[in-house]
Amino acid sequence: MTQAQPAIRLTGLTKEFGAVTAVDHVDLEIAAGEFFSMLGPSGSGKTTVLRLIAGFEQPTGGVIELFGEDVTKRAPFDRDVNTVFQDYALFPHMSVLDNVAYGLRVRGLGKKERNERARRALASVRLEQMADRKPSQLSGGQRQRVALARATVVQPKVLLLDEPLGALDLKLREQMQVELKQIQRELGITFIFVTHDQEEALTLSDRIAVFNAGRIEQLGTPAELYERPVSRFVADFVGTSNLFDPEHSLALLEREGHHSLRPEKMTVSAEVQHGDGVRNAAGTVVEAIYLGSGVRLVVDLDAGPRVSVLEQNVRGRVHDDEHGDRVVVSWHDGDVVAVDGTAVGPQNPTPTASIGAMLPGTAG
Amino acid sequence: MRLSRPFRITLGVITTVILVVVYVPLLVVLVNSFSTSTSLTWPPPGFTLEWWGKAFQSAGALDAVGTSIVVALVATAVSLVLGTLISLALQRFEFFGREAISLLVILPIALPGIITGIALNNFFRTIMGVPLSIWTVVIAHATFCIVTVFNNVIARLRRLGLNLEEASADLGAGVWTTFRLVTFPQLRSALLAGGLLAFALSFDEIIVTTFTAGSGVTTLPIFILNNMFRPNQAPIVSVIAVVLVLVSIIPIYIAQRLSGEEQRR
Repeated sequence: MTQAQPAIRLTGLTKEFGAVTAVDHVDLEIAAGEFFSMLGPSGSGKTTVLRLIAGFEQPTGGVIELFGEDVTKRAPFDRDVNTVFQDYALFPHMSVLDNVAYGLRVRGLGKKERNERARRALASVRLEQMADRKPSQLSGGQRQRVALARATVVQPKVLLLDEPLGALDLKLREQMQVELKQIQRELGITFIFVTHDQEEALTLSDRIAVFNAGRIEQLGTPAELYERPVSRFVADFVGTSNLFDPEHSLALLEREGHHSLRPEKMTVSAEVQHGDGVRNAAGTVVEAIYLGSGVRLVVDLDAGPRVSVLEQNVRGRVHDDEHGDRVVVSWHDGDVVAVDGTAVGPQNPTPTASIGAMLPGTAG
Repeated sequence: MRLSRPFRITLGVITTVILVVVYVPLLVVLVNSFSTSTSLTWPPPGFTLEWWGKAFQSAGALDAVGTSIVVALVATAVSLVLGTLISLALQRFEFFGREAISLLVILPIALPGIITGIALNNFFRTIMGVPLSIWTVVIAHATFCIVTVFNNVIARLRRLGLNLEEASADLGAGVWTTFRLVTFPQLRSALLAGGLLAFALSFDEIIVTTFTAGSGVTTLPIFILNNMFRPNQAPIVSVIAVVLVLVSIIPIYIAQRLSGEEQRR
């Protein structure tokens, strides 16, 4: 073998729930050691892909390979991947230590060794003093770290994380993002991270796949996705964008087709700016929103569309434009990105995880 | 919520009357078990512990208690196993006819006892050709005892969801290991509550028992019925009735406490 096997290879992966196609012929390769994110709105199929890789769902079609080995038909307990669940799924009747040691216990390790290894894993997430507590006695962030320790103690080849930070408040979330990245670097294993939070995905990932209606809309590094979105959907979902339809593109940008322009690439001033590739458009300020780190101006351009402009708060200079002020919006032609104008596809409802929901009385 | 004073008083009176109607007769039985009158005249002419002593020496009564306990224990054990299995099947798997089976499992508790009794009597004797015995009673009781176990377990399974089981499988545990280490510990209190109710149901059942018991099989309720109108036995029957009430109430009380605690968790 000359080239390293990808950690995960999905070929034509498809999952249908009745008439609903949750995952639609997804092809994907994830390299070993990569921090890979699957980003998308709810119902876009990202969680289903994760559950297919974990083995909780059986695909309707396609192949899942783990380091070159076909695991499509294997049960979850027969796959070298582990999952950190959205609600952590810690066993409530077991102590924190027993939770972490669980994977080693079912592999038949002796009590002494598994407890030792579990303690070491707990120490790596700085929770060794909590070993004897029950999960219910921990805070959300601590539970999250226990779930992480429990999944990593068995040394999986790939770690799947299903919106693991979704239940945490903002401060804790940012702190856990840093920790996740550190843990991933230390362990050197592949992380597949599912999130609907584009900022989280941009911060953490080596590469991101943006999901839309069961398909991968765009695959690339955070910078590629942000700077060169291929479609209106990606431009709009990853960060905020000013989107121009063909009519406005022609009028303002003198280009054919749909285009996207990021708010922070535009500036607002009193007069027309000059320079190579600089374009200007006059307009009226509709709204000025102070953000602390900057100001978001909403400007109605005379040529038609309403645009959002982000101005940085440099040296305390806060823009004093007010509602109704006449301004000139300027941008560099090179910052305009041509995008695919296909309308955003319909999103599927999230499939119910429990069959219980289909029992009489609870149907819905 | 605020209620007007007259309304509150009315509701209080209604509640009191209902509770009196339900529980005073039980108290009468309790008092009668200490009565010196053998024909249970009211008010009791005097009090004695004679009947309590006699009851605990009566071979027939002790025998009946023993039979009832055996029947209740075995019926409960059978219900626990079958009830858990059917709950798992209906909650964790999808198959044709699932809804129908779910209904069929619950139905026996709603069926009039006399129908179940006649039907099973017919089934055992005429169709299967099995002589009635203590085991036919056990089977008959299990048909409705399963329901209490089933209801408790399926409610718990539904609330648990699949998350913990998926986490267990994800960490490498097979189906049986997952059940043993994760699912079963989560079901324990539901099984205890369901089992206690099943035991209480079986222990004081009489209608189905009458139709399915072999000639030598006398459970406690049957013993009471048989001795109720026999001269000089009435006070002993009162003693047994009191014991029966206690034995039935205690498990139900514990079961209620258990499910209450679960809900508060």
